[in-house]
Amino acid sequence: MTPARLYLLQRATALILAPLVLVHLGLILVAVEGGLTAAEILGRTRGSVGWGAFYGLFVVAAAIHAPIGLRNVIHEHTAWRGRSLGVAMAMLGLLLAGLGARAVIAVVAAP
Amino acid sequence: MTASPDGQGCLSVEVWRGRDEGRFQTFAVPHRANQTVLDVVTWIQRHAEPALAYRFACRVGVCGSCAMTVNGRPRWTCRTHVSKVAGANGRLRIEPLRNLPRIKDLAVDLTPFFEKWQRAQGRFTPTRSRAEPLAPVSPESPARKAADAGIECINCAVCYAACDVVGWDPDYLGPAALNRAWTLVNDERDGDRRGVLRAASAGGGCHSCHTHGSCVEHCPVGLNPTAGIAGLKRRSLLDLVGRGVP
Repeated sequence: MTPARLYLLQRATALILAPLVLVHLGLILVAVEGGLTAAEILGRTRGSVGWGAFYGLFVVAAAIHAPIGLRNVIHEHTAWRGRSLGVAMAMLGLLLAGLGARAVIAVVAAP
Repeated sequence: MTASPDGQGCLSVEVWRGRDEGRFQTFAVPHRANQTVLDVVTWIQRHAEPALAYRFACRVGVCGSCAMTVNGRPRWTCRTHVSKVAGANGRLRIEPLRNLPRIKDLAVDLTPFFEKWQRAQGRFTPTRSRAEPLAPVSPESPARKAADAGIECINCAVCYAACDVVGWDPDYLGPAALNRAWTLVNDERDGDRRGVLRAASAGGGCHSCHTHGSCVEHCPVGLNPTAGIAGLKRRSLLDLVGRGVP
């Protein structure tokens, strides 16, 4: 993939992630300060198309954003270069997507 | 500052001697009114250490060959007055430019710098022969104004030495080469503007810039390579949909 496409993908996913992260952090504060139990939280999320879409988008954006940034950091600060770095970062993206999807399914899917 | 025969005092000047391995050698140099850092280095070579290696040519800020690191900052030494950088204690520390291979003492090898100009396709591709009339270019067009804003680069490599990304990533083309590419992308007479844009946005190109702005801070002729690099980033994104170059 060309540097221009990677640049575009990283900036576009950053734009998506910025509001999602703020909502996610707010949600954590509300859940903790409000004293919600795990069962109460799952009661709100299970079967919810909205929360599924919210965290599904979050996972996709993070799985694209993080490996591109990490690739740049590794490229600038180590001697690791070339195709092997790109392949490793693509695998990291797939791993993040897989772990994230598993978490989203766990809180959204009906028991 | 110690007293000198003319009553104006002496500067204490530490100068790097050697290549990658070396040491600082200290010289006492008479302080003069309106003295530049290049005057100081030249005085040392002529009166104290004939074997001192350094590079200069025009002495008036045009050729871009005398850049060195002065008290930790890259500067054009021929237009840098001692009074502005030495401070009240009259101390100077002069080293070769960062981010370039050292040759000897204060002279560095600029080969990587100019090779990256070529990698960025920083050369004009003509569209007319000398037998044809000059191309009419409106100085008021936005593209020409963008090109004019970056055209006065003197190739001194001060921005290249000041850039953190160049220090981290040996593949990075650097501010000067990308600034040159930006002027060509905006030059309606150039015959391969898309080629320049693609060369400047390939691996190690404009997308590697972190927008630290060190090039803007240090450019001795007041250019803004960061703005040109941002322009290249925008154009490379537009190029994804075929609109990078008019």
